[in-house]
Amino acid sequence: MTAATLPSTARTGLRRGGIELLQFVRDRTAMIFSFFFPALLLMLFGTIFSDDYDHPGLGAARVFSASMIAYGIVSTAFITMGVGIAGDREDGTLKRLRGTPVTATAYFLGKLVLVAALTAAEAAALLAVGVFLFDVPVPTDAGRWFTFGWLFALSVVACGLLGIAASALVRSARTAGAVLNAPVVALQFLSGVFIHPITRLPDWMITVASIFPVKWMAQGFRSVFLPDTALGLEAGGAWELGRIALVLCCWCVVGLVLCLVSFRWRERREA
Amino acid sequence: MLSGMTAIEARGLRKAYGGHEAVAGIDLAITGGEVFALLGPNGAGKTTTVEILEGHRRRDAGEVRVLGTDPAAAGRAWRARIGIVAQSASDAADLTVGETVRHLAGCYPRPRRAAEVIDLVGLADKTRARVRTLSGGQRRRLDVALGIVGRPEVLFLDEPTTGFDPQARRKFWELVRVLAAEGTTILLTTHYLDEAEALADRLAVIAGGVVVAEGTPATLGGRSAAGVVVSWAGADGPRVEHTDDPTALIGRLAAAGTDLSTLAVTRPSLEDTYLTLIGEAR
Repeated sequence: MTAATLPSTARTGLRRGGIELLQFVRDRTAMIFSFFFPALLLMLFGTIFSDDYDHPGLGAARVFSASMIAYGIVSTAFITMGVGIAGDREDGTLKRLRGTPVTATAYFLGKLVLVAALTAAEAAALLAVGVFLFDVPVPTDAGRWFTFGWLFALSVVACGLLGIAASALVRSARTAGAVLNAPVVALQFLSGVFIHPITRLPDWMITVASIFPVKWMAQGFRSVFLPDTALGLEAGGAWELGRIALVLCCWCVVGLVLCLVSFRWRERREA
Repeated sequence: MLSGMTAIEARGLRKAYGGHEAVAGIDLAITGGEVFALLGPNGAGKTTTVEILEGHRRRDAGEVRVLGTDPAAAGRAWRARIGIVAQSASDAADLTVGETVRHLAGCYPRPRRAAEVIDLVGLADKTRARVRTLSGGQRRRLDVALGIVGRPEVLFLDEPTTGFDPQARRKFWELVRVLAAEGTTILLTTHYLDEAEALADRLAVIAGGVVVAEGTPATLGGRSAAGVVVSWAGADGPRVEHTDDPTALIGRLAAAGTDLSTLAVTRPSLEDTYLTLIGEAR
């Protein structure tokens, strides 16, 4: 027998990413709900609270356009990952892959490709709504886009990893959407994504929100899209980019550890 | 895999769930190139045994070697050499048959061509159909295609023909014979005794977590040595006799000038033997 070489994990992971994307676009319901929902919310919020703040050049729509990118990433990365893995566990995808040379790493790589592509498209959709509907100015200096880059990457990885970990808590794919969405939506309110300025929230709420990544993600995206005159509206009176990076990195590590201890190839009732 | 070598070996295999011992000391030795059937009622421990051999489940005790490797510690290279057709799957519903097979083929070092595998399982005209539109039997055949696309040396088939109509089962049997002729070692679990009889070189009956009998379809449970039933229409009505020596009996009848136009000599069917075996085990 010839010792043919196994395709590398990276290559298999990319193949998985391709097939994940193909499956996602074929499932129109999933596409519409996870994809257009944040953009729709932004349209509603932006229109309802059109001129809420007596702050020159700082319309509510502009603030929401920035903050809602955080919501878009959470709802796409965290929910898609959590619901997707619960579904893969239930319909036999994971069981099948476990009997093939596809490793867990390649499987997650595929999921990461899916989630990265979806969140990038989600962020683009939110930005498009902001720019074309609400005249949000697009930043021109490279420094802000650099911030956007690392912020986006860390946010996707942290939320994706937490989504993988959360999939272990979900009993069935049917209820996964509801189970995962409830804490996510609550956390959006707590984190000041839908309420601006965040200082309107009670202090204890800001304290609780500061433990989780969403508050920091939203703050980071505001730093990219809002002028520095809006600094006074932040809880700490500053953009705190260093702290944002630190908190998100911590959540990446926490997410990874939770994944490693909680990931199951099969359904609990079967085990 | 060279035929003649041991492909699958298990000694003293044990697995308990809670207090219930599903597998209570199973020994198996399956030679390379052999088609081996595992029979037994629901809950006998068939699937648990197979899942341990596949590396899907950890055992509590015992020694296991599949292709010379312990499945519990096996890596990707080993998984590339086995194929699994599990009992139920509903994955890839939104992909087409062709996409699903091509995707998995790309994950193996020396796969069969996707079109060839799809043709082999009789789904060529469904290549572009979405998996969710397949019938139960077609879906099962896709599972088989996915199980063999990596050109496995050992193939696990867990109740592969459940829900097939008789014609589909016959076609599936032909496929298994093709794979066996290529030298694939096949471990088949089934509820259908005719299936085991048609396909298996050897078989074992499992009941209550242990092997209660092992042999060829012809010799299982002392079937070949068990007496036969000779029946004929006598002058005073039907006659039935149990005997260990049908030749002598028929010789005597013929010498006596008995009309033997309705003569029938029957051995206990595999089903009779099987039911006796699992009945004793209970």
